[in-house]
Amino acid sequence: MSRLFEGIIEAFRLIITLNPALLQIVSLSLRVSGMAVVIAALIGIPLGALLGLKPEKKTRLLNKIIFTFMGMPPVVAGLIIYLILSRQGPLGVLGLLYTPTAMIIAQVFLASPIVIGLTMIGIRARGCDVEEMARSLGAGSVLIAWTVIMESRFAILGAIITGFSRVVAEVGAVMIVGGNIAGHTRVMTTAIVLETRKGNFELAIGLGLILLIISFIINSGLYSIQKGGKNG
Amino acid sequence: MLSNSKIFFKLLLFLLLAAALLFAAGCSREAASDSEPENGVDDETPGVVKITDRIILATTTSTYDCGLLDFLNPLFTEKTGIEVQVISQGTGAALETGARGDADVLLVHDRKSELKLVEEGTFIDRYDVMYNDFIVVGPAEDPAGVDGVASAVEAFNLIAAGEDIFVSRGDDSGTNRMELRLWESAGIDPEGQDWYLSIGQGMGDTLRVADESMGYTLTDRGTYIAIFDSVELVIALEGDPALFNQYGVMAVNPKEHPHVKYNYALLYIEFLMSDEGQNLINSFQVNGERLFFPGYGLK
Repeated sequence: MSRLFEGIIEAFRLIITLNPALLQIVSLSLRVSGMAVVIAALIGIPLGALLGLKPEKKTRLLNKIIFTFMGMPPVVAGLIIYLILSRQGPLGVLGLLYTPTAMIIAQVFLASPIVIGLTMIGIRARGCDVEEMARSLGAGSVLIAWTVIMESRFAILGAIITGFSRVVAEVGAVMIVGGNIAGHTRVMTTAIVLETRKGNFELAIGLGLILLIISFIINSGLYSIQKGGKNG
Repeated sequence: MLSNSKIFFKLLLFLLLAAALLFAAGCSREAASDSEPENGVDDETPGVVKITDRIILATTTSTYDCGLLDFLNPLFTEKTGIEVQVISQGTGAALETGARGDADVLLVHDRKSELKLVEEGTFIDRYDVMYNDFIVVGPAEDPAGVDGVASAVEAFNLIAAGEDIFVSRGDDSGTNRMELRLWESAGIDPEGQDWYLSIGQGMGDTLRVADESMGYTLTDRGTYIAIFDSVELVIALEGDPALFNQYGVMAVNPKEHPHVKYNYALLYIEFLMSDEGQNLINSFQVNGERLFFPGYGLK
């Protein structure tokens, strides 16, 4: 019990004094997961919108596949990307294993299905009405797609945020493809695993607190956006 | 409604852009640090070291978790400008990483397998770099009565006979392989027994699980000393010659994997085997104790 208490005090000291090792780890975490979500959004929003505008009956099998991938265990994603990027894998010549790029690829793999799936659900909820209305007003197909996405913006924003909070908190994929190299591929979650193993609970708790704070900020944002969505 | 949606869209776009910019800035900073490292990150390295290249070292949790590599590698980097990126796994996983060509140099401890893989041409330029020993640790109460026993095999027999909890790495690491050989010598198959917990984790985790579950485990001395102030385990058995623990350093064979940085791997091996490197290993202490002894331990 006292260890937890001491850990929390030391953790606050590390956070307040802006400990360089801690900052470096936090910054890499945010950069990797941020980039992964940007790419996942670029892939996921158009695909999700496309699927959401099709009648549910036509995309049933695809839906099931996407929902399965939404629940993909991060270690499985990590293993698949590892085998692809390893020197003996199909993309081994690129030499990407154990780099931040490999970590981004794995997290895109995890976040994209979430963005696709949640965008699709959001658009299906109100997209068809919007589409018909836009069509009846004589809009072209690009404009229709645009209008539909705009009308479902809350759901889409929610999808992006959900994707981010999933990847920033996962440890399985980044551990396997990143290798947890100090100063290079070490992120918050893998550092927590390492520091716990080494018995350095202070840094582990400090990083855990930061993850919780980030999650709080993200969820507060999501909460207020969804509230705004209902009012609008 | 329309103005609302515009605001939200702008917000979304802004967030995406901000994330992209943040990342781009990060990337360019990383690219810049290829030629001139930041002082903040490499704060263990005194002065400014020009980092020209990187090698990947696949190693065990025991050499990394105790801090040995954080002590040695910055000195190597200072000399050569080559940064050493450490992946710490079990020895089995590290050998596999090397065999796949995903690392340049290895520091592991399963001498028999190492020599066999060198013979097969997977690895090259292997040296006995340092040694220490394994110990059996357990709860201070010593329910199995291991205290005073001379051999590890005998101790394992007592633990099995009393069905006292034994925590195994279970991860095909060098320590795990040693442990399984000891069970084999004792003529016991612990797999599947209620008292035998195979947890599939690193040495630090395994010590922690043994500590929490009041069990015994086999550990390298280094990891135990490095974390012993955060566990209540005590040494139950030490000094059995069968518990000798030799570490080897070797390079991935460039004939198998032409992309590996063989020349830099050789520089690293030369550094560890040089008088300076061997003295550094000898001088490394944690909690006032020496963890590794240079060279080859058996006559």
